[in-house]
Amino acid sequence: MNTLLRVEDIHKCYGKERVLTGVSFEMMKGDTKVIIGPSGTGKSTLLRCINRLTPADKGRVWLEDEEITHTRTNINRIRAQIGFVFQDFNLFSHLTALGNVRIAPTKVKGMKKAEATRLAMEELERVGLADKAGAYPAELSGGQQQRVSIARALAMSPKLILFDEPTSALDPELIGEVLDVMISLAKEGMTMLVVTHEMGFARAVADEIIFMERGIIVEHGPPAQLFSSPKHRRTGEFLHKITELYGETV
Amino acid sequence: MVFKWEWVGKLAEGLPLTLEITFTCIAIGIVLGVLLALARVYGNRPLRAVCGVYIQFFRGTPLLVQLFMIYFGLPNWGIKLSPFISGILALGLNTAAYQAEYFRGAIQAVRGGQLLAARSLGMSLPQAIRYVILPQAFRLVLPSWSNEFILMLKYSSIVFTIALLDLMGQGKRLASRNFRFFEVFIVVALFYLALVFVVTQILRLIERRVRIPGLGTEGEAR
Repeated sequence: MNTLLRVEDIHKCYGKERVLTGVSFEMMKGDTKVIIGPSGTGKSTLLRCINRLTPADKGRVWLEDEEITHTRTNINRIRAQIGFVFQDFNLFSHLTALGNVRIAPTKVKGMKKAEATRLAMEELERVGLADKAGAYPAELSGGQQQRVSIARALAMSPKLILFDEPTSALDPELIGEVLDVMISLAKEGMTMLVVTHEMGFARAVADEIIFMERGIIVEHGPPAQLFSSPKHRRTGEFLHKITELYGETV
Repeated sequence: MVFKWEWVGKLAEGLPLTLEITFTCIAIGIVLGVLLALARVYGNRPLRAVCGVYIQFFRGTPLLVQLFMIYFGLPNWGIKLSPFISGILALGLNTAAYQAEYFRGAIQAVRGGQLLAARSLGMSLPQAIRYVILPQAFRLVLPSWSNEFILMLKYSSIVFTIALLDLMGQGKRLASRNFRFFEVFIVVALFYLALVFVVTQILRLIERRVRIPGLGTEGEAR
């Protein structure tokens, strides 16, 4: 087994507020890990520190053999290999679904337009939206927008995709279609790091759940173990609470 | 009231110059304005400050003063420019300052997540600006930016003060020969009115052509 992602002792402060205080973990190729925890515990910040959308104050991150956090690393080349799916989708408003999926392969990888179009259509097909290729983001539902944004990430053939609460901005009846896409990705062997409250998703595909609170990892382990016999009282309480609150959509 | 058809022909001789000055200056203003706006939004502190001073100066002093500094003032430093170049320079540099503020507003109105998404895909900042930020900013800016075009059409008339024979210059020459100031300037005014009308229609057409659902003010309550 090869380590794909190694996160070592990440610290991050916003002003006086210490958001992350020493987070470390590793991911193997093909892993699906789910990060859970109360809001404000630095889950989203952690994801952004991984691809340096937010620079960490201290600590190091490696993608395979390359240190992402090294100042001389070309971060654009790294980011091209790490997909990022945002809570509020952030599709490019001036481009159609097809344009959104096609733009990075053409502009970042220099792919020919015809080839990129074919690739983009394949990815839209994969998320079940080939028939919406010509629609602008404003003409799509939230669930459809999020699926397009997953297709946009997939079109770069990433080694890893980071999901930052991908279903939190969605109406309840639209969550399922996004989770279905994510589950099939996980089953196809995509390496995924997902911040979510969707315990159904975690149970279905996560190799490991990471429970974070106040800037550190409190506990981590396979879903079954965390649900049945958590080592920390807080883990059990939190799992109980979100399962009650969000139910299990999947 | 007196009106002679031959005035129309005489005044029309000034039309090409008015249009040439307007379009050239608008073009200079777009290029320089976008660069200034980008510097103001993405530049480092010193660059932001320099551009800020530039914009303050050109927005804070009369256009006529700027024109006279260039045409009458620069020769004192050994820089002698033709009336045409002086006019283009003054109006171009001036409109750039105003356009920069329009563009800056539009760039800042593009939602932050757009840049974040572009960067997360591996685009460099210049790529993200070119392929994501500016295409959206241009669409957002168009309605308010159109005002600047119309203003420029009318402000170009100040070049008559440095002996250029644009629409206004021709009008002044004609009127001071026949002393029919009121009538002649009514015709001049109608010329400008017609120009503004045509330009407004063209800009509206462009606005409609580049419109994208969900971007800009389309469909919102008025």
